[in-house]
Amino acid sequence: MALEVMARATTPIPLDIEFRVERGELLALVGHSGSGKTTILRTIAGLWLPSSARVTVDGSTWLDSKSGVNLPAHRRRAGLVFQNYALFPHMTAARNVMAAMDSPDMREAERILDLVNLHGLADRKPAALSGGQQQRVAVARALARRPQTLLLDEPFSAVDRATREKLYAEIIALRSHLEMPVVLVTHDVNEAQLLADRMVVIETGRVVAEGTTAEVMCDPQALHAMGIREMAAMLPAILREHSPDGLSRLDTETGPLFLPTLHNAPGTRVRVRILAHEVILSRKRPEGLSAQNILPGIVTRIVPGAASGVIVHVAIGDHEILARITRRAAEQLSLQPGDTVHAIVKSMSVARDHIAGAPQESQTNR
Amino acid sequence: MDWTALELSLRLAIWTVVVLLPVSILMGRFLAFRQFRGKAWVEALVMLPLVLPPTVLGFYLLVSFGRNSPIGQAWQNMFGQQLVFSFEGLLLASILFNLPFAIQPAQRGFQAIPTEVREAAACCGMSPWRSLWKVELPLAWPGVVTAMVLTFAHTLGEFGVVLMVGGSIPGETRTIAISIYDRVQAFDTDAAATMSAVLVAISLFTIAVTFSLSARVGRRLG
Repeated sequence: MALEVMARATTPIPLDIEFRVERGELLALVGHSGSGKTTILRTIAGLWLPSSARVTVDGSTWLDSKSGVNLPAHRRRAGLVFQNYALFPHMTAARNVMAAMDSPDMREAERILDLVNLHGLADRKPAALSGGQQQRVAVARALARRPQTLLLDEPFSAVDRATREKLYAEIIALRSHLEMPVVLVTHDVNEAQLLADRMVVIETGRVVAEGTTAEVMCDPQALHAMGIREMAAMLPAILREHSPDGLSRLDTETGPLFLPTLHNAPGTRVRVRILAHEVILSRKRPEGLSAQNILPGIVTRIVPGAASGVIVHVAIGDHEILARITRRAAEQLSLQPGDTVHAIVKSMSVARDHIAGAPQESQTNR
Repeated sequence: MDWTALELSLRLAIWTVVVLLPVSILMGRFLAFRQFRGKAWVEALVMLPLVLPPTVLGFYLLVSFGRNSPIGQAWQNMFGQQLVFSFEGLLLASILFNLPFAIQPAQRGFQAIPTEVREAAACCGMSPWRSLWKVELPLAWPGVVTAMVLTFAHTLGEFGVVLMVGGSIPGETRTIAISIYDRVQAFDTDAAATMSAVLVAISLFTIAVTFSLSARVGRRLG
C-alpha cells in the first residue's frame, strides 16, 4: 500500500528518478525551480507523459509505458493541490469541493471545509476569499476526491509568511486524518524539514539525496545540492509559558529552552530548528554562562564534516540535535559515542520562521 | 414594409444560429486547446469569409451548389429540388459565411480559461465531456453567446452572398436586405426606410447585448 514512481525523459527537461512513498507518509520533493519536481507530480496525476514511466498506487497501475497502461487524469484517484490553487472561479467554496466528489453531498463538503478550518465560508466564491482561504479550499477539494495519493505542488508559495506559518500548522494537524501517501513539492528546505517524514532532493531531474528528513539534513552532499551551508536539526518541544521578560519557555525531553516570545498558546507542540554551528558542547554542566539553554544528551555519532570540522549527533531523548565543532575540540574532549554531553544553545539562534505550531493532540513527530 | 422578408430573414438567422451553436463550441474549443501542424491554415480558412468580397464567396458557392456540381446533383437526387435559389441553399451559404463570427469569439472564450483550471477539472475526476459542461462552458459561455449574437446579426445584414446564391424569390430567398434593395430600385423609399430602420434597431440591440456581456465577463474574471 504505497505510491511507487519511476520516470525517465530527456525532453523538455531531463528526468531520471525513482522513489516510493509509504501509506501515511509525507515525502518532500525538494529542488530548485527547473529541477523537474513539478513535472514528477504532473506525471503522477496524469497531466504529463514522460517517455518512460511507471506509477503504481496501492498495487494498481496508473501508468506503465512498458505494458502501455496510461489511465487518463480523471480516472486516477489523485488529489492535486495546484501552486495557484486553480479553483473553479464560477463556483462557491462548497461547489468547488463537491465538484471532486463522486456523488456530490453538501453535508460532506461542509464537513471537509470544517476540517481545513473554513467553517462558514462555504458560500463564498474564490474571488471573495483570501489567499490562505483559497489554499484551504484547494486542499479540501483534493481531499474530497478521496484520493489514493495527495499531491501538493508548492502549496504555500503564494501566501505571505504569517499565513504560511498558520497553514503549516494546519497541515501538520490535518495529517492525523490522512492515510494515503502524500507528496509535497517545494523549493523551501525549511518547509520540507518542518513537514516531511522523508525527503528526496532533486537536481536537474536526478535524485541527489534521499532519506529521512533528519538523515538528509545532515548529509553534506544533499545540503550542497540544496544550496545550504548551515546544517540544522529539528527538536520537538512543548510551549509551557510566556514570561513577562519577553521569553517563552519550551520543554524538551531533557530540559527547558528559552526563546523570544512566541505567539502560540501554551500547550502548543512546536518544532525548533537548531543550527549545528550554534551549538556548543561541554562535558560537564557549565556554570556561570550567559547562555540560558543547556540540554543534557548522549553522543550517538561523530561524522567527519567539511575541512576541519566534525558533526556530533547528540540524542536529546528520542530526537537528535547536531553540533558542528572542530576536529581538534572533539579530540580534546575525547568524545565517543555513548558519552554524556551538555549542548549549549544560544536563545537567539532559533529564528521565528523555524517554529511550526500544531495543537497538542495532533501527531507532530511522526 | 415586407413582413415576409423580415420573417424569412429571422428564420434564416435562427436556423443559422441553431446549426452553428455546436460547431462554435466544438471548433472553438478544439482550436483553443489543441496544437497541431497546419493549425494556422485551418484558422485562416475559418477567417477567410471575413476578408473575401461577398461576390467571390457567393460565386464559389453558386458554382459548387449548382445543378452541374456534385453537391448540387446529390441534393437534387436526394430531395428532388435544386440547392441554389432555395432556402436550404441559402442556409448552407449562411452557415459557411458565418464561420468566422461563430468560431472566433468562442475560441477566445475557451482560450481565456487557465490551463490549470482545466487540469484541476480532470484531477477532480471529471471526464472531458463533464469538464466541458461543468467548468469550461460556464467560463467560456460569454464568448459563445457573443459568437451567436454576431452570427444572428450578421445573417440579418448579409446582402451579397444572399443575392448570388439565393436570388430574390419572395418567401424563399428574398431576405430583408434584398427586399430593401428591391424597394429602392422600385423608388418605394418609404418601405425601404421602414425596413432599414427595423434592421438598424435589431442590429443595434444585438450588438449592445454583446458589449454589455463582454463588460460583465471582464468584471467576473478580472
